[in-house]
Amino acid sequence: MSVLVSRETKVVVQGITGHQGTVHTRQMKAFGTSVVAGVTPGKAGSTVEDTPVFNSVREAVERTGANASCIFVPAPFAKDALLESVDAGIRLAVIVTEHIPFHDMLVMYHYARSRGARIIGPNCPGIASPSGAKVGIIPNVVFRPGRVGVISRSGTLTYEIVNGIKEHGLGQSTCIGLGGDPVVGTSFVDALPLFENDPETDLLVLVGEIGGTAEEDAAEYIRHHFTKPVVAYIAGRSAPPGKRMGHAGAIITRGKGTAETKVAALQAAGAKVARFPYEIPDLVAETVRSGGRR
Amino acid sequence: MVKLAEWRGKEVFRKYGVPLPTGRVARSAEEAEALTRDGSVPLPCVVKAQVLAGGRGKGGAVKFANSPAEARAAAQSILGLEFKGERVKEVLLEEKLALSKELYVSLTLDRTLRLPVLIASARGGVEIESVDDAEIDRQPVDPFPGLTGYQKRRAAEVLGLSGGPAKSLDRLLDALWKVFNGEDAELVEVNPLAVVGDGLVALDAKVIIEDDAAFRHPEYAEIRDDRTPLEEVAREKDIAFVQLDGNIGVIANGAGLTMATLDVLQEFGGRPGVFLDLGGTDDPRKVTEAFLLMAQAHPKAVFLNIFGGVTRCDTVAKGLVEAMRQVPSEDRFPLVARIRGNNEVEGVEILRAAGIISIPSLKDSAQAVVNAAAGGPR
Repeated sequence: MSVLVSRETKVVVQGITGHQGTVHTRQMKAFGTSVVAGVTPGKAGSTVEDTPVFNSVREAVERTGANASCIFVPAPFAKDALLESVDAGIRLAVIVTEHIPFHDMLVMYHYARSRGARIIGPNCPGIASPSGAKVGIIPNVVFRPGRVGVISRSGTLTYEIVNGIKEHGLGQSTCIGLGGDPVVGTSFVDALPLFENDPETDLLVLVGEIGGTAEEDAAEYIRHHFTKPVVAYIAGRSAPPGKRMGHAGAIITRGKGTAETKVAALQAAGAKVARFPYEIPDLVAETVRSGGRR
Repeated sequence: MVKLAEWRGKEVFRKYGVPLPTGRVARSAEEAEALTRDGSVPLPCVVKAQVLAGGRGKGGAVKFANSPAEARAAAQSILGLEFKGERVKEVLLEEKLALSKELYVSLTLDRTLRLPVLIASARGGVEIESVDDAEIDRQPVDPFPGLTGYQKRRAAEVLGLSGGPAKSLDRLLDALWKVFNGEDAELVEVNPLAVVGDGLVALDAKVIIEDDAAFRHPEYAEIRDDRTPLEEVAREKDIAFVQLDGNIGVIANGAGLTMATLDVLQEFGGRPGVFLDLGGTDDPRKVTEAFLLMAQAHPKAVFLNIFGGVTRCDTVAKGLVEAMRQVPSEDRFPLVARIRGNNEVEGVEILRAAGIISIPSLKDSAQAVVNAAAGGPR
């Protein structure tokens, strides 16, 4: 049993008739995912990549038994798309769409949570398990079945790292790109217990970035609750001081949020921290060889 | 993000009913004098530089005036000033109020809680970063009920308010909550919030609007952060473009990969000068435009580091080859390419046909571009 997705996952693609929706429906199917339906209001009756298109998520769920959604709907309409899928009974929604206002995401997150639904993203590459299914846009070529879990706040950097693991002769259990927006549906801390409880995952790779405190929070969780070995990487050590959310933002993140604080917190929690992406496969292989428990 | 200058922030506050001092903006010393002479701004008044940086009081960017002549002199001395890298083009003239207390309130986002948070402190009028944690109160606010009565009462208690000022706070916090949501703000901050007589007045306004909500707020389209002309052009083409002080140009896709690329370059002794994040695109023309922009920044060498997902390697290769055809010979630069991922084989072949080799290893390609920038072997 992989994390969140499996052979039982049946995907409805919201925004399937758009360019990205169509391209990635084809890719998800090529991965082996059951994409059972698409939704674009007003386009019912057509098909995309041999997948029937419906006007509403409710109809798609009733007719096809879809149980997960992949959302490509443009930002101004993404909130509505998510609320619709939650109301139709979908309990896992991957939102690929970028530039969704965080005020919308606040409503989406709390609405979904109150109804027992999980969001991955937004502005994320989604989730894939080589032994299960892919919901999202991570390139198929980077995967190979294995026992390394990957969670990341990045997009393409995730592909780079997952690919590095494959080229080193190792494989992945499940990989989740959480997205780097200010408000995400699933954070590191939300994802960690899923991998702790996943019998297919022996070791976890955590890919973070500067900004926010998600990595520090993850380190705290790992220290107290996570028993599997962790290899981590933080991007942005050399980045110039960038966007800051004004003074009040600085109070919230007081003394946290830099590459140094994140690396220190993860090391203190027992994680091995790579300095560069290409060091990760070696650290993973080393940990696997040493029979790696932390 | 769009940071609003104080006077713009106060215009927003006024719309939502936040109590403010009487004031007007002046763009010249003559205008400042006239506004105080005709009573538009009551005397005595305060004259404040309209810049985004904090610490104006200490930095000589805030002055007081008792007469129209003094208002003119104050404006004269502040306008045109360079304050923390920003040229002062406007001053805000406001009536000087007799205040008994300076407080702090703000609304912002707590990313960890995934909730807005109301921050209050009785220690207003100073930079909030300098205030001790124990003197700052934070209350998460659920977006569904919104700000509740008990939360506002707790804020009043923290701020040491009762009676008239407490009632005023109740209305003021409701207004700020509406500003925060209605304007899609990342930050709404009042510092200082002054107790004046039996009520409250917002003496300053700091409002930051989220970029992603721009589609709902065409009114902010003309206000932009300071950008270099090239950064401005890039923004119009939806390419993230940042100029630094080094000499290596970096073109990558995705923020994480771009940052990791800079980290690796620095490790090998390289100094990134411009970085450009293509984001996700499958339009070769966007790639061409990115390279043409890069050429204008005159880097010593350029590193193209792409991991193809939405942005496919063959798209990037086509765009790059076209750009190399278009770049004027005087703007040419040594190029090191690394394209991996979706359609890698096709992309590498397109580059090879144009005489460009893609180096698959991140380490080797980074070393090659650092050498190229130093004028050494490639």
